[in-house]
Amino acid sequence: MKAAFESLPFLVDGLLVTLQITAIVVLISLVIGVAMGVALTYGSAWIRWPVRIYSDFIRGIPVLVLIFFAYYGLPAMGLNLDSFTAAVVALTAFKISHVIETTRGAIQSIHHGQMEAAKAIGLPFWQRLFSVIFPQAVRRFLPPWINTVADAAKGSALVSLIGVVDLMLAMQKVIGRTFEPMPIYIAGAIIYFLINYSLSTTSRRMESRFSYIRE
Amino acid sequence: MDYHFNFTYIWRHFDRLANGLVLSLELALISILIGMVIGLTLALVHTDMGWKARALVAVYVESLRNVPLLLLVYLVFYGVPSIGGFEYSAETSFVITLSLYSGAYLVEVFRSGLDAVPAGLIEAGKAIGLTPWQRLVHVRIPTMFRISLPSLSNTYISLFKDTSIASVIAVPELTYGAQWINFNTFRIIEVYIVITPMYLVTGYAILIGLRQIENRFAIGVRS
Repeated sequence: MKAAFESLPFLVDGLLVTLQITAIVVLISLVIGVAMGVALTYGSAWIRWPVRIYSDFIRGIPVLVLIFFAYYGLPAMGLNLDSFTAAVVALTAFKISHVIETTRGAIQSIHHGQMEAAKAIGLPFWQRLFSVIFPQAVRRFLPPWINTVADAAKGSALVSLIGVVDLMLAMQKVIGRTFEPMPIYIAGAIIYFLINYSLSTTSRRMESRFSYIRE
Repeated sequence: MDYHFNFTYIWRHFDRLANGLVLSLELALISILIGMVIGLTLALVHTDMGWKARALVAVYVESLRNVPLLLLVYLVFYGVPSIGGFEYSAETSFVITLSLYSGAYLVEVFRSGLDAVPAGLIEAGKAIGLTPWQRLVHVRIPTMFRISLPSLSNTYISLFKDTSIASVIAVPELTYGAQWINFNTFRIIEVYIVITPMYLVTGYAILIGLRQIENRFAIGVRS
């Protein structure tokens, strides 16, 4: 038990890396994912199909395979990424596909009459999108999106397998010294739990906060 | 790109991939079956018993759902035997982990399924004189299963993908086979060119198959 407390600073360093990866992945995937989600909903067939194929392709493969591919496969194709970048690239590519689907679902939940009404009063497309559709869709977007943020925090543990010293690998390293796996695993589990539980509670609270808009 | 494709080694070791794929499907299947027993039991406990039992179920569900699967895999494989003083194979340990993990997800699935059983149906059971146990076995559980079918198929597919994590404790499933070929022959890109369609085709084939079953048996709206 003493070892668990003494190793705490080391685990905190790892935790910071975990949080850093999660934050980068969440931010980039939010921007690209929403853009692609809008393209999937309103784009012409030439835009829709590549997005659809991308999303179905990425969601059909285990994240672990994507991470291994980014780290071991891309260098063979001439693209050398250090483990941190490879981890971020793989997790972002994966997370984008989820944001695409969440965006599409949120936009489609808005009655199409809203779009037609906005068209009728002469708003151009971008204004229809930003002033009419998005403010309504955001309530449907936020709860599932926060769940995917929690998923990103959990999923980031896999980056330890390509040598990024995140919380997971920091734990493994401490265990390599102390040979007492249980206290460290439990300490780590509690840290992950606190991050994820607070996120999923936020998501649930928001869902009930917005539940009045159910048709 | 200066890379010469050579699939010879992949085909030579293809049995590792094929057997790996079968093992992945088996691990997911055994785990979801055990997970369904856990999920159904705890969903009934949650629905029909007092707040203390509910709190215990909630602790189980939340503590498994909010911790990375990788950590759970390590915890069961390295952690538990270190204090329990016993050993089990990597496969057994992974199946235990994935069953407990899927159980935590299926509690929620079955619980909302039980909630969605129309009250009129249960009252009708009461009216024709069925005992509480008969209502459970002949009315509530069968209806609940038909309502939960779509979520069950989604859970199975995601468990199938989660089996890739078993590779970290050297369970020879598909990702482990790929990593083995990767490290022993260095035909890195070829391996991924072969296993990606294996995951995709299998995943979507299962999905289409299960959707057929859903069309036949499922009732209620898909959420």
